[in-house]
Amino acid sequence: MARILFFGRLADLAGGRERVLHIGDSVHNLRELVDLIAKGDDRLGAALREKSVQTIINERLNSGDAITDSDEIAFLPPVSGG
Amino acid sequence: MIRISTSTFDPGKELSAFEKNAGDAGAVVSFLGRVRGEETESAVRALYLEHYPGVTEHRLGDAEAEAHRRWAIDEPLIIHRIGDMKPGEPIVFVCVSARHRRDAFEAADFLMDYLKTKALFWKKEIRPGGDQWIEPRAQDYSDAARWNERDKDN
Repeated sequence: MARILFFGRLADLAGGRERVLHIGDSVHNLRELVDLIAKGDDRLGAALREKSVQTIINERLNSGDAITDSDEIAFLPPVSGG
Repeated sequence: MIRISTSTFDPGKELSAFEKNAGDAGAVVSFLGRVRGEETESAVRALYLEHYPGVTEHRLGDAEAEAHRRWAIDEPLIIHRIGDMKPGEPIVFVCVSARHRRDAFEAADFLMDYLKTKALFWKKEIRPGGDQWIEPRAQDYSDAARWNERDKDN
């Protein structure tokens, strides 16, 4: 099962910070994952496709595009610390 | 040292402890960021902050390492609040000690620019008219870009 994390306004849109998804054979990369999530929720899908949204796979930045059913995928809107 | 704190802290005490550990460093620079209040009807009542546990800390460590690479400084202290805060409360505290003041000033400035534009925190303002997630201002990005410009010059 893949663990999907949402932060900031994306968590509000998703209705929670975390989702566990069985992504099986149909999803091989981030684009397909976003398509799967968007199927049930157009607004969240559109928000995840925004250019300003970064992704981190298994806690590593620039971790490529490929995902599997055992990955943790985090969707990050623009940050605002300090 | 990097500390993500779910409860408020006393910057005076933290600075005092930091100074004690600063040995014979000739300069100590500290910056305290606080929750801003506003004198308008849409005043911020509270602030909520969240982070990506583990990953936020790890990447702040990378920023500290980068500061070490650029300036002759000792181990900095970064404290960042998460959770609910009220106007006037501390959000972020950065302390840098160094042999000379310029290194300490610049490293603290660099770390704050990093915290404002790259560190993995998300901040929501709780206002009477509705909550709002905050994004960096254009000024924050251009402040942070100064360090890249300097790389090109060198």
